[in-house]
Amino acid sequence: MPSTREIRRRIRSVKNINQVTRALEAVSASSVRKAQAAVLASRPYAQHAYDVLVNVAAQSTGVPLHPLLEVRLDITRISVVLITGDRGLAGAYNANIVRRAIRFVEQYERPVHWITVGRKGRDLIRRYIAAREHDENAPAFLKDQKIVAEFSHLPADPDLGDIAQIAQIVFDEFLQVPVDEVFIAYTNFINTMTQQPRVLPLLPLRPFEARSREIMELIAPEPEVKRRNRDYIYEPSAAAILNEVIPRFTELQILQAVRESLSSEHSARMVAMRNASESAESLGDVLQLEYNKARQLSITSEILDIVGGVEALKQSDAG
Amino acid sequence: MPLEVEVVSRVRRLYHTERADMVIIPGSEGEMGVLPNHTPLLTTLAFGELRIVEGEDVVSFVVYGGVVEVRPDKVTVLADDAESVYELDMAQIEDARNRARDLMAASPNAERRAEIAQELRRVEIAAKVHGRVQGRGQRVRSLEDEN
Repeated sequence: MPSTREIRRRIRSVKNINQVTRALEAVSASSVRKAQAAVLASRPYAQHAYDVLVNVAAQSTGVPLHPLLEVRLDITRISVVLITGDRGLAGAYNANIVRRAIRFVEQYERPVHWITVGRKGRDLIRRYIAAREHDENAPAFLKDQKIVAEFSHLPADPDLGDIAQIAQIVFDEFLQVPVDEVFIAYTNFINTMTQQPRVLPLLPLRPFEARSREIMELIAPEPEVKRRNRDYIYEPSAAAILNEVIPRFTELQILQAVRESLSSEHSARMVAMRNASESAESLGDVLQLEYNKARQLSITSEILDIVGGVEALKQSDAG
Repeated sequence: MPLEVEVVSRVRRLYHTERADMVIIPGSEGEMGVLPNHTPLLTTLAFGELRIVEGEDVVSFVVYGGVVEVRPDKVTVLADDAESVYELDMAQIEDARNRARDLMAASPNAERRAEIAQELRRVEIAAKVHGRVQGRGQRVRSLEDEN
């Protein structure tokens, strides 16, 4: 049995941990409200924008109306934009989205240019790449991957300006570098308890029918877009509108993915910290009980010693 | 057949109706009235007044750029930024206008001046739309009544 002093020390450290987790929970709880409000407010716009994009893309069979709509037949290399948090202590949040992205890449079997947003994702992917390099059994496409850009410390309430650089890299990758498809891996916010890691295609934009079955099986079910047969009239001209709409709406998809991820991260952290606080409390209770027992035991044994001593004295007096 | 109209800005959904008779859009190529069964169209928005006619009522918004998608049964307005006329306050508009003019006079930086000019343009449009709506004696409906 550990000594009372030992137990007292452990009780103190559990209490300290409890204080830290409570504080983190409170911080996340206030960020989560803001992040949730932001993600829900911008969702209608993002969804409509996506709807318009997909419909524009649907008309763009044959000669693409815009370079970002160009569908290439041979997919030799892909880019994946991976959105994670900068910090840990958010339960399985970071691990889940990274695992989802890696699973996608291993199944799609193409060399990857990673674009990481968030320090945790960068660190995990770096480790993953290093491990593949030393693995003799890894297929060639896994040895041929790298991080081409990394971003971190996005503001708590990002807007289009904050993700402009990310979008620029995405466009450059697709238009100048031999990357034939760009995907985005992020965590979709459903509610405080549930978040869903998913991978969606970002570029080129194209209607569902034009996607290979291969892709359909690998990515998450997408936000539903009602297909209509539309031949738009463009005013002032197709080129003028598409030049404005396509890059901007693509940026918006990235922004929305970042917002969804932020909301998910705060929620995951809040729940993880609440669980930790509760565990700390029940551990504290157990330790307290153990401490009481140990204390009682030492008192009992001291009394026994005294009583025994007194008895011994009595007997020697009598004798 | 009535027309469904949805007005969203980047930060919120402003309005949704399924009973519109006509939408008047401030397109970048000029003002344009859209009736039900219009042919599909995609156009950019200028700064200006967006009007939705619903029976006797007219609902007005000030929009500051963006894109409109027209379909036979639905018009979706994706504004960069938008306000309901109901939210406009003439005193605030005056205030903003004066502040912008002062800033403009005080600022030597060309880039900054362009920014302020843009802001000033917004304010002017808001003032004009507000005046026009007042002049028509149009009943201004509160968004809170609707949603």
